[in-house]
Amino acid sequence: MTEYLRIGAYEFTSRLIVGTGKYPSLQIMQDAHRASGAQMVTVAIRRIDLNDPSGKSLLDYLDPSMRILPNTAGCFTAKDAILTAKLARELLHTDLIKVEVIGDEETLHPDVRGTIEACEALVRDGFTVLPYIGDDPVACKELEAIGCAAVMPLAAPIGSGLGVCNPYSIAIIKERANIPVIVDAGVGTASDAAIALELGVDAILMNTGIATARDPVGMAEAMKHGVIAGRLAYLAGRMEKRLYANASSPMRNLIVTKNA
Amino acid sequence: MILEINGEKRTLEDGVTIAALLLALGLDRRGIAIARNDDIVSASEYDHTICGSEDRIEIIRAVAGG
Repeated sequence: MTEYLRIGAYEFTSRLIVGTGKYPSLQIMQDAHRASGAQMVTVAIRRIDLNDPSGKSLLDYLDPSMRILPNTAGCFTAKDAILTAKLARELLHTDLIKVEVIGDEETLHPDVRGTIEACEALVRDGFTVLPYIGDDPVACKELEAIGCAAVMPLAAPIGSGLGVCNPYSIAIIKERANIPVIVDAGVGTASDAAIALELGVDAILMNTGIATARDPVGMAEAMKHGVIAGRLAYLAGRMEKRLYANASSPMRNLIVTKNA
Repeated sequence: MILEINGEKRTLEDGVTIAALLLALGLDRRGIAIARNDDIVSASEYDHTICGSEDRIEIIRAVAGG
């Protein structure tokens, strides 16, 4: 039976969401997107450089079958994030928005107050809102209460590749949430992806882990399998951990020789 | 009149429409979205939206990101 990830009114069979940044080339990005099996891709929104307005649009390089999730990356205030979201909706004809309101330039941790303020306004305006947030169960519950379609706690700082730094918080967030939990940021390799999905989270959004691998296309495929493996393991239910050994072969009818 | 476009001051003729503004800047209508004083101007409004002095115009596009 096919299992679906549902975010607002949208359905996906893939639990991997990919980015478009930092790839060595657009061709490699396209190949990596294909290898990842992802059905949603995130893009950033920026002012056009009036002194160099030429160039093909990034949108021409995206698989038309992929859903686009615009983000408000780089916004430091709720006001900027709200305007960015509205411009993204106008440009891309989608109500999906990944809300990022950054509170600190070095860690890129979110500004919780600004994030909540932006999300409240955007939910009211009819957006399907997916906020990037810290691994904070209280903030996640608050974002759910104001009508967000999913929450996107970080696994580790954006672009750090450190993996799931606080699995206990991520597990608590998932246990309490009634909306999808999507780990966003910090996943470095396929085992990190598997660990996140084993915790029960619904999906992962990743960019740097794939784009800056030595072979981004190979890593995209690895991430695809890591996500699938983690999800299957979560659904299957892992064994109990124990301190001492517990033999898998019978301990009866053993062959015992006598010393001469 | 002076407009602030993407944070830069630009001088354009009085009563310029958004459509004329795009032409003057050499911008294609495809792949962009526009806000005027924080309000979205949809593509169907470009021809008859007239800019006023000191208006703040944002012209954006999608770029690579994560």
